[in-house]
Amino acid sequence: MSDVPTPRFAMRGIRKQFGATTALDGVDFDVFSGEVHALVGENGAGKSTLMKVLSGALRPDAGTLELDGIPFVPRSAADARRAGVAMIYQELSLAPHLSVEDNVMLGMEPSDWGLRRRSEIRRRTVGALELLGHGALDPSERVGSLPIATRQIVEIARALAVGCRVIVLDEPTSSLTLGDIEHLFGVITSLRNQGHAVVYISHFLEEVKRIADRFTVLRDGRSAGSGRTAERSIEDIVALMIGRRIDQMYPKTTRMPGEILLDVSSLSSPPKALDASFTLRRGEILGIGGLIGAGRTELVRALFGLAPVAAGTIRIKATSGWRSPSDRWGDGVGMVSEDRATEGLALAMTIADNITMTLRKDAGRWGFVRPSRIDRVARDWSARVGIRTTGPRQLVGALSGGNQQKVAIARLLHEDVDILLLDEPTRGIDVASKAQLYDIINRLATGDPPNHQQPKAILMISSYLPELLGVCDRVAIMHRGRLGPAHPVAGCSEHTLMLEATGQGGTA
Amino acid sequence: MKSLARLSHTLGPLAGLVAIFLLFAIAGPESFSSSSNLETIARQTAIVGSAALGMTLIIISGGIDLSVGSMIALVTVVIAAMLQAGINPLLAALGGIAMGALCGFLNGFLITRLKVVPFIVTLGTYLVVRGAAKGFAHEQKIDAPLTWLKELLAALPPGEGWRIVPWGVWLTALLALFVAGLLIYTRLGRHIFAVGSNEQTARLCGIPVDRVKVIVYVLGGAFAGVAGVLQFSRLTIGDPTVAMGVELDVIAAVVIGGGSLSGGEGSILGSIVGALIMTVIRSGCAQMGLPNWVQEMVTGCIIVLAVAIDRWRQRRRT
Repeated sequence: MSDVPTPRFAMRGIRKQFGATTALDGVDFDVFSGEVHALVGENGAGKSTLMKVLSGALRPDAGTLELDGIPFVPRSAADARRAGVAMIYQELSLAPHLSVEDNVMLGMEPSDWGLRRRSEIRRRTVGALELLGHGALDPSERVGSLPIATRQIVEIARALAVGCRVIVLDEPTSSLTLGDIEHLFGVITSLRNQGHAVVYISHFLEEVKRIADRFTVLRDGRSAGSGRTAERSIEDIVALMIGRRIDQMYPKTTRMPGEILLDVSSLSSPPKALDASFTLRRGEILGIGGLIGAGRTELVRALFGLAPVAAGTIRIKATSGWRSPSDRWGDGVGMVSEDRATEGLALAMTIADNITMTLRKDAGRWGFVRPSRIDRVARDWSARVGIRTTGPRQLVGALSGGNQQKVAIARLLHEDVDILLLDEPTRGIDVASKAQLYDIINRLATGDPPNHQQPKAILMISSYLPELLGVCDRVAIMHRGRLGPAHPVAGCSEHTLMLEATGQGGTA
Repeated sequence: MKSLARLSHTLGPLAGLVAIFLLFAIAGPESFSSSSNLETIARQTAIVGSAALGMTLIIISGGIDLSVGSMIALVTVVIAAMLQAGINPLLAALGGIAMGALCGFLNGFLITRLKVVPFIVTLGTYLVVRGAAKGFAHEQKIDAPLTWLKELLAALPPGEGWRIVPWGVWLTALLALFVAGLLIYTRLGRHIFAVGSNEQTARLCGIPVDRVKVIVYVLGGAFAGVAGVLQFSRLTIGDPTVAMGVELDVIAAVVIGGGSLSGGEGSILGSIVGALIMTVIRSGCAQMGLPNWVQEMVTGCIIVLAVAIDRWRQRRRT
């Protein structure tokens, strides 16, 4: 086998550690010219870290990147692009106020003495668009007025216009309609036929099976397996994605479900959440699984009054229909946002301020607040949920992700809500903190009879299936805006849930 | 150790004030540190200082108000007209403050209902309110009968030295204590910080974000009204063209005092110190016989320097 061709692009033994967590543990990946190679894996398997390494946003701790056999060390996204590797992200990186041609040549404008060579810009833009079968697109059109699918084409044209030979597409179909997806697949096929190397990252295994020649599965930061898509079934790929068995990370004491606290029927909050019905009892944890973008977050946001409700009813206690977040706190509902940094917490404020931010019961008459009382509340909760801190006045931004999340949960506990809506509560936190959070969640659902604490009702969204199976009593899967039936976890496996989440479940 | 670092955040501008003061006291003429000059400095700071109380709330909440100078002018006109009509001076002053609060309500209402950023809304009301003042006064100064209102910011008459500074300065100091207490000890105060620090988190926590914003602008207008009363005291007439550009001095005071234009940061002590720093520079330069343009350049440099030092310290802390 001496005539093994050199891959267009290769990564060898990539390792990356963040503190104590190993995000990538020796990943190998390569793609040849004229090939589409899919990279699949569960959320959190390390795909996004790998992409950051590839685009130069992160430096690997070990391992090499090679372009046509030559070592390649990108320092920034622009650097990678100059070398010939273009990333097309889910959130497109176009300037909406500029024209198509100005976007295509942005940062690489051919110019004389600072004056742009407009005819060359036009020529190269049209050339790239023609390669993609979009020669009819007006290069002087403002990008902001184009539909999403066309913007994606513009972004790919940008990669081609500057001579990129490796094109990485990150979840390209997540915001496209079925017709647009067909069209995009046509474009990808023609890219491959023109000799480009395409890396295709997706959750949707049916797409991977259709468009990719080869696949590599990433699991827990390693390449768990790879092969030719034609030779493997979707079930095989799912098995590689899951791989490992549930261990004793998840404590589960006996729970006694009580009365129904939350009754949702045919809830819809377009465009993402289309149809959801379920009930949630006291002393029960209901999990909602599914892929990112399936509409799970929009569902809980509508429940909590942060998104509009277009149809359906939400019955909590005596109320039904949409209520504001302020009303929801009054109803005994609390929410932990999936996005700690921009919504869940005010990072520039103290632990005490964050825990007591609702200030529903810490303020005395005339709305007066005693800082010493708030500090005491924060010290008390820090001890009870195990927040490692120098004191109640420490800024939340200075805490680790796990401790930040405990602050977010402590806010709900201090408010003593009955219903906890937890959106990806363990996202981006280390394993030890995860175990502590699972313990806290379990104790909340079980209640604490000696201290006259009633069990809570918990709705938990997670993209990590082992976690859902380990923590929850029942799990329902959301797929493209629709919530499936809730199954008792005893009858589920990661395999069946993954099939349902990727639309292969055939649920009745 | 942490609380020391937080304290130094407020003490930084104070140290700057002391340093600038000592500089003029040593380099400048002896008259600079005389008690009569100190009283003058206090009197001159009162107008910007009282408006800065409201601006501090607005800036902490993540907003800005460019219409403060126009409000001050409108308030002087309204007070003069009320006095002319024979209304009790106290009622006239309260009427002026109410007018300021009304303008503030207009700002808050437009910002929250139209969803237009505060900079644009108050840039608009800056012109609208100024125009209203001119229209109301028929583009003239309005004379008013002399009342005790002029005593508020007048130099102390001999024999009244026990007051140290005129009543208007005491009023500003008292209001400063009141607002500082509001920020630290009330639910509203904590909500103002939360809205400015992270509006989305505030909404998640059930804080009525729009209501907080409206209240903040109403208070901002009311304190501009107080500044208008003090301005009237100095002028003793209603002048629709007064206080041009004062909003920038007020914003500068807050920013020098540690307020962040992206919200969530600021303190009353800092803003008052910021206002004092600007008056001290003005007074010191004047006493040293430096021309006006030097004062302006020095003040401008201090604004940029103060914020740069503050940012540098924050970067080091994280």
